[in-house]
Amino acid sequence: MRVAVVGAGPAGVRAVEQLVRAGLRPLWLDEAPDGGGRIYQRPPAGFTRGARALYGLEAAKATALHATLDALKPVTDWRPGTLVWDIGADPRQLHTLREGRAAAQDVDAAILCTGAMDRVVPLPGWTLPGVTTLGGAQIALKAQGCAIGRCVAFLGSGPLLWLVAYQYMKAGATIAAVLDTTPFATKAQALAGLPHDPATLAKGLYYVARLRAAGILVAEGVTPLAIEGEGERGVTALHWRDAAGRERWLDCDALGLGWGVRPELQLADLAGVPIRFDPVQHNWVPERDAMGRTSVRGIYLAGDGAGIGGADVAEMAGACAAQALLADAGLPADAALVRRLQARLRRQARFRAALERAFPFPAQLAASMPDETILCRCERVTAGELRAAAEPEGPQGAAPEVNRAKAFTRIGMGRCQGRVCGMAAAEVLAARLGCGVAEIGRLRGQAPVKPLPFIAAPEAEEAA
Amino acid sequence: MTAPVEADVLIIGGGGAGCSAALHLARRGARVVLLERGLVGSQASGANYGGVRQQGRHPAELPIARRSHEIWRRLPELLGTGCEFVQTGHLKLARNEAEAAELVAYLDVAASHDLRLEFLDGAALRRRFPWLGPAAIAGSFAPEDGSANPRLLSPALARAARQAGATLLEQAAVTACQHEGGRFVVEAGGRRFRAERLLNTAGFWGGQVAAWFGEAVPVRPHTPNMMVTEPIPYVIEPNVGVAGGNVYLRQIPRGNVIIGGGHGMGDPAVPMSRPLAQVTLQAMRRAAALVPALEGVSVIRSWSGIDGMMPDKIPVVGPSGTTPGLFHAFGFSGHGFQLGPAIGAILCELALDGRTETPLEGLSIRRFLAPRPMPAGAAMT
Repeated sequence: MRVAVVGAGPAGVRAVEQLVRAGLRPLWLDEAPDGGGRIYQRPPAGFTRGARALYGLEAAKATALHATLDALKPVTDWRPGTLVWDIGADPRQLHTLREGRAAAQDVDAAILCTGAMDRVVPLPGWTLPGVTTLGGAQIALKAQGCAIGRCVAFLGSGPLLWLVAYQYMKAGATIAAVLDTTPFATKAQALAGLPHDPATLAKGLYYVARLRAAGILVAEGVTPLAIEGEGERGVTALHWRDAAGRERWLDCDALGLGWGVRPELQLADLAGVPIRFDPVQHNWVPERDAMGRTSVRGIYLAGDGAGIGGADVAEMAGACAAQALLADAGLPADAALVRRLQARLRRQARFRAALERAFPFPAQLAASMPDETILCRCERVTAGELRAAAEPEGPQGAAPEVNRAKAFTRIGMGRCQGRVCGMAAAEVLAARLGCGVAEIGRLRGQAPVKPLPFIAAPEAEEAA
Repeated sequence: MTAPVEADVLIIGGGGAGCSAALHLARRGARVVLLERGLVGSQASGANYGGVRQQGRHPAELPIARRSHEIWRRLPELLGTGCEFVQTGHLKLARNEAEAAELVAYLDVAASHDLRLEFLDGAALRRRFPWLGPAAIAGSFAPEDGSANPRLLSPALARAARQAGATLLEQAAVTACQHEGGRFVVEAGGRRFRAERLLNTAGFWGGQVAAWFGEAVPVRPHTPNMMVTEPIPYVIEPNVGVAGGNVYLRQIPRGNVIIGGGHGMGDPAVPMSRPLAQVTLQAMRRAAALVPALEGVSVIRSWSGIDGMMPDKIPVVGPSGTTPGLFHAFGFSGHGFQLGPAIGAILCELALDGRTETPLEGLSIRRFLAPRPMPAGAAMT
């Protein structure tokens, strides 16, 4: 039986571990040079910052995962630096891009552990040099050992906001401010008396306390108004409104922003897995059962790509998906392990739901962005242009859903295929059409998952 | 169910042909109801390559193509938008002597339909289009042809048709269709509609509509494999194809290069369609052989849609062979985008006047059928 695992983050590593335990030698594909996923991404060879500096309070988990990853490489068909850009149905084929060459791999089953990426709300000025996502700011630090600027502001909401700010502080960066769009009361209410994962909660409180103790400006319930700057110099300031309604300016030369993460679900989508809107996560998520099974035969999902749960959940979900695959294939499975993991996953799900309530996606901020804001930065489509596509008086009439709006305006048609702006675009369109964001749909997945260079295509087999 | 909505003409299928028919009929004052299963222009009309060409068309199609060309030029006054139609010319290339001979042979066909073509040898080709690689040895250039944005045409036609008074219902799949007492009764979206005339512009699914009236034809799904690159500096002005048609490409002023070639896969029952990775890669090789500068570029998106392909690769256009008042225009075999605007005008004439000036020889559904009487109570449920 030929089994593939896509991804070598927390979910992928634990999935492969179970498959190898059962005697399989899976094909293991990962985009990064040396695995680890985004959260435990490893620096390039020769970088000397240790695990404690790179991963902070998660250093032990990172080290353990890396050790397992390294031990599994020789007993699997390990292919780092490999993008899976499409997935075919019959035969089940993974279409890969590695070292600039395209190839196809026939498999009987695949566990997709494709992770997540930042949720972004475009602001006026967000395309200036110096603006990056929170995840991007963290990768710069982890993988390259550098900060995104000399005087960095962090803006957004969610656990990553505090973690990244803390990591920058620890690394010696100057932090202009940490601005949280969620009011304190929202978080307090959602998290009050939530003992489901006290460790995670305690870590969050620890980061906030350390930032405040360092004298860094920390504000909650803020409203960002615009990122200011000029072409060559990039970001110079953030214009924002505090919880009391006062307009303020913050000098900074770089800005990391983000509002939680969303699943990277294009491969699941291309494989034919049904996708639904999860109102708690405020994300489109692939449909799967608690074990990671989908309605598409041979396709299993685990980790944040299957719905946001975080790294600890991903490790457990990866093991479960592998166990489900083994059981479905009639191979020896570990029922006791599954029972244990499922019980823990159920507890984690309750905590995660509270976390989502504590750090809700700022739908209203997205929906109310000024008309002149560049919404789709790849295609330079403004929020106003998208709103115009919802007007019945337009030359093509009103676009009733997001793919039709894409067709009219080119929104989401650029290199990122709407992965960055798609969620905010949906909020803008839904608000203008006066319906819920779930009703206007999502940008459909289209291959390639990421840009596919012409030089990757193998030479034509026929003479012209 | 309540009493049927009365109309003069019912249309099944909201692609370019159906929406254009709705527009022309409404402008003539007819009460028209168009029924579309999804959104207008969702399948072949919206997902196609966007080529607006007459060069290379089958002689039976050329009169329609000529008429459509005139409508394309008038789109801004007709619709309030040109749908990005540009007459950049269409360059058809030969990559070997056999393909060059094919181009030469077509020059006579074009001349007999007043279609201007310029034949270019290899040296002339490269002088005029220096971005071409060595694979092309000859070409035939049609200056009147060009391209347009397929995502815009059907919605723009639909909006103009609605403004003119037509009723276009989207998300209204036809669930029953009968011809009783000289009138068609169609059920869609939980409502009934009745009219003396029915237009079948249902694309691939037009075969099913025809079959309801005893005119089953061998139409099969056609799923072109399409892709687009990231934007690069604008150099490829004409719409480019090859003899044999296994790759075609055009660049929009924004910079993206749109490339088609080969077939994806699809399931009309869902309906769903998608490109196939191996076909995408093959078309990429063929495109880079024509335009070597593409070697440094990436494809960012691919797609497909479902059209109807007839065995002789030309559509069914004209009156039904079994049922008076029924007119077909389906199975466009990959040629419908350019023809659509004129098809609407022609269907309007057939429905209201019983005749059209545009020759339709060779396109009748009768070419697939032995003449036979209409089955009693033709119906589907």
